[in-house]
Amino acid sequence: MGTGLKPGPGTFSVGGKTYAFQLGIKKVRGDHVNIIPLSGRYMPRTGDTVIGKITDIAASYWLVDINAPYPAPLHASEVPWKVDFGDTSRFLNVEDVVLLKVLSVDEAKRVQVTMKERDLRRLRGGLIIDVSHSKVPRIIGRKGSMIGLIKKYTECRMFVGQNGRIWLDGSMDGTYLAVKAIRRIEEDAQVLGLTESIEVLLREGTAKKA
Amino acid sequence: MVNDKGIRVDGRRVDELRPIKLEAGVLNRADGSAYIEWGENKVLAAVYGPREAHPRHRQDPARALVQCRYNMAPFSVSDRKRPGPDRRSVEISKVISEAFSHVVLREQFPRATVDVFMEVLQANAGTRCTALTVAAVALADAGIPMRDIISSCAFGKADGQVILDLNKEEDNEGEADVPIAIVPRTNEVVLMQMDGHITKEEFDSGLKMAVDACHRINEMQRDALRRRYSVTTDTREAVKAISEGV
Repeated sequence: MGTGLKPGPGTFSVGGKTYAFQLGIKKVRGDHVNIIPLSGRYMPRTGDTVIGKITDIAASYWLVDINAPYPAPLHASEVPWKVDFGDTSRFLNVEDVVLLKVLSVDEAKRVQVTMKERDLRRLRGGLIIDVSHSKVPRIIGRKGSMIGLIKKYTECRMFVGQNGRIWLDGSMDGTYLAVKAIRRIEEDAQVLGLTESIEVLLREGTAKKA
Repeated sequence: MVNDKGIRVDGRRVDELRPIKLEAGVLNRADGSAYIEWGENKVLAAVYGPREAHPRHRQDPARALVQCRYNMAPFSVSDRKRPGPDRRSVEISKVISEAFSHVVLREQFPRATVDVFMEVLQANAGTRCTALTVAAVALADAGIPMRDIISSCAFGKADGQVILDLNKEEDNEGEADVPIAIVPRTNEVVLMQMDGHITKEEFDSGLKMAVDACHRINEMQRDALRRRYSVTTDTREAVKAISEGV
């Protein structure tokens, strides 16, 4: 992959040469060379906002599927309610969907998540779709331009989790159009002028409805 | 098996591979996948994970497992193969899993597993090399961190001649068959088995031939991945093709 540059994320270095260990796009930033992955599982990182599904209930915590290789325990002390021991099922149940933040990930990849922050809550109703986590930055867009666009045209409420889960809630037509736009972004993630072409798609979609 | 001009039963030279067609990302449900046609061999590979390893007692707290399943379809050979794992496919699954364990950066995913499935749809000798070669592409397609994309190829001996990449007839009638797999970047050998008899000199010359072939195969593997991830320009305007593979 080249020499003289320091190995950054997604790379390793042997005998003065740097190689990629993952399939992705090479990017040189300053004196570092990185690999931006094109595929692969989501690995939780501290501070990520994610959308999780409750998979199991215990006396003092819930187990949440956050689309990572490991389930994440959500402890009763990390929710915005006062939960008595053994009373967890009164607040969240299996199959419930929650917006969470990754509190910590330790060396052994043990994940802790929290709901104790502004805007973190249980998501009721709506629709969840899964995308590849590597496409999330494109769906959000630069400073949220893309997500803002979709919200504006489809009048949907929308949350994008860092783990590649998207929650949508709006009218039938709006949701349908938003899903269509997201699928297009996924397909054309590397295309130049993506925001413009998505705006065209959204405008045409809303015009048809009116 | 080899005539005086050095041409084999299927018209190949002694150091020539069978034609290889390789495609990455053929399945939508798997995290990574690939399909290969290597001569008459046809193998489909799918990769899942890293994901939680089950049953729990199989988990390794320090690193991920690489679990492989090599399976032959009942219709892959001329006599119907009895479905299910047998002694041969359990062995092949094991040696392939050990080969991948050597390159996958397993420390990045403690307690997890990476599952690799290889389905042989049609067999014509050399299916373990074929399966390993597609599975390596499927692993890269799944974004599994690896030191390199491993490549595999067999050499052997038929009619007293050292030959590369044996086909069915050469395998059945020949004197030896030696499948190998290497890490192309370092030329480390991660799989080597031998069936039959061969002298040391023949072994050395055959090994050299097979290592060269593995490097050629590796280029095909990388090419398949580039094709998968380069954007097609058909209907949409202004497209920037990306051609940086692993």
